[in-house]
Amino acid sequence: MKEIIQTKSKVKISSKKKTKWKTELWCWVFLLPTLVLFAMFQGWPIVASWYYATLDWSGLTPDSTFVGMDNFINVAKDPYFWNAFKNSFIFMLGTIPFHLFLALVLAVILHKPGLKAANLFRTFIFLPVVTTTSIVGIIMVFIWGSDGSINDTLVKIGFLDQSINWLGDAKWSMFTVILVSVWKNLGVNLIYWLAGLQSIPQELYEAADVDGATGFRKFFHITVPLLIPIGTIILLLNVVNSLKAFDLIKTMTNGGPFFATDVVSTYIYRYAFTSEMGLPQLGYASAAGLFFAVTIVIIAVIQAVVTNRIKGGRNI
Amino acid sequence: MKNFRRTIFYIVMTAFCFVWIYPFLWMVSASFKSQNEFFENGLSLIPDNFTFENILRAWNEANFEQYFVNSVVITVGTMLIVFFTTSTCGYVLGRYNFKGKKSVYLLLIASMFVPMEFAIIPIYDLIKTMGLMNTRLGVILAESGGNHIIFILLFATFFSKIPKELEEAAIMDGSGFFRTFISVMLPLSKPVIGSVMIMQFIWSWNSFLLPLILTLNAPEARPLSVGLYALRGENIVDWTGIAAGGTIAIIPIIVIFLSLQRYFVEGIAGSVKG
Repeated sequence: MKEIIQTKSKVKISSKKKTKWKTELWCWVFLLPTLVLFAMFQGWPIVASWYYATLDWSGLTPDSTFVGMDNFINVAKDPYFWNAFKNSFIFMLGTIPFHLFLALVLAVILHKPGLKAANLFRTFIFLPVVTTTSIVGIIMVFIWGSDGSINDTLVKIGFLDQSINWLGDAKWSMFTVILVSVWKNLGVNLIYWLAGLQSIPQELYEAADVDGATGFRKFFHITVPLLIPIGTIILLLNVVNSLKAFDLIKTMTNGGPFFATDVVSTYIYRYAFTSEMGLPQLGYASAAGLFFAVTIVIIAVIQAVVTNRIKGGRNI
Repeated sequence: MKNFRRTIFYIVMTAFCFVWIYPFLWMVSASFKSQNEFFENGLSLIPDNFTFENILRAWNEANFEQYFVNSVVITVGTMLIVFFTTSTCGYVLGRYNFKGKKSVYLLLIASMFVPMEFAIIPIYDLIKTMGLMNTRLGVILAESGGNHIIFILLFATFFSKIPKELEEAAIMDGSGFFRTFISVMLPLSKPVIGSVMIMQFIWSWNSFLLPLILTLNAPEARPLSVGLYALRGENIVDWTGIAAGGTIAIIPIIVIFLSLQRYFVEGIAGSVKG
């Protein structure tokens, strides 16, 4: 009798092992499509970029020469690269305050349980987010143009004596691109902040009401501290996204006038895919891309580490 | 007093929203104006005489019919592939424990911080080597290969919350791993599928850099986002035509967004909460 039970349980174990093994296999089958695409379009490009960056190669013919670190050295020596590098950061620093503060203020205004029209307003503010950036950029060329609505309105209300060449004047072009980018992306940050506000328990505010706290104090002592975790994520997303910006700048100014809005992504595009600089230089463009990608990754890592430190310090 | 303040608030917000969407109002209005009217009165928002001439010109002569079809093909193709890959991946990551699961998670999440825009040259070269340059399939593949960790996490979180009993019942009924996924799990995840599909729709429809470099010499494969850019490069003064092209490109996405925005907003909000 005992023996029978033992063999029975043995059979059970081995069949369990078999199904477990089978399940693991299925898991990898299910992962396979993602992993294959990942390897082709993310893994390989990251590895290959380093290789391409060591080549002098136009991409038009298979002929290429190995030049070692020359491309990196030339990138580091090119004042236009540093101009684009600087502009990328100006663009980032110009847009982020709006996405952090203006979007938060709007979120607080629209986060009123009794406000029926809040959803409607939210939809309007969000609308530019879902539209095609490259097309918005082209339309904005007219709106901000010399005969466009912005100049027309500002002159009519007497704010300006004569129209400003917003995109053609190197003094104003970066400012204009930043404003349009803020307009385009504010809505998504509004949604992030609203998600953060909704996660704050209502009881906290009720308790504060009992203690007689004002709206101002409630905002700075309850809302702000509780929004810091989601705020750091929003900051990180905006840092990475604004440094990657391409569509809007390409279509609004193409980096001009006189490289005033030239950012690293338009700089790379110019070297890799146009004949503006002579033959395309894929190796050189790869080196510039890597240089900047590494910069972004370093910033992201530093930010993640700093946030973790701050959070860790809090818990203690 | 309270009513008064509320009225002021509504007036201010309404004015703000009007200014906010003004560029779209201008674009749509300009695309229905005759060229003469546009030069005389380009800024008014209501055309004196509605004309479909610009829309027809863009559609028939400026190749926008082809661009529109390409946008649809590229978007639908990418949506299907991305739905397939992210739902399967999210399912096993959310529901099963297996060796190497942590590494897969780590790999996918780490790649979120790598700006692929700067590694675009190998992608360009890969598509070229595969012989897919200047084809819609090339654009579809390259876009499907982008980072979709948000979708994977949405699916993983959803599937991890489904009670085990459901699955056990399905297995009792004799359905295997694949059947359980297709006929039991996937139908339950409709809300996530909705969010993923509409987000991917909007991203693919709007994407610019990849189709731009992958269809550099091929107007016949370009989507709308690249087509309008090319039109403007060739014809800088035809603003009513450009506005008409913009209207053709943007109105579908606005309509889809307005009708399905709940899914979209929930998906976006979920991505930062998680």
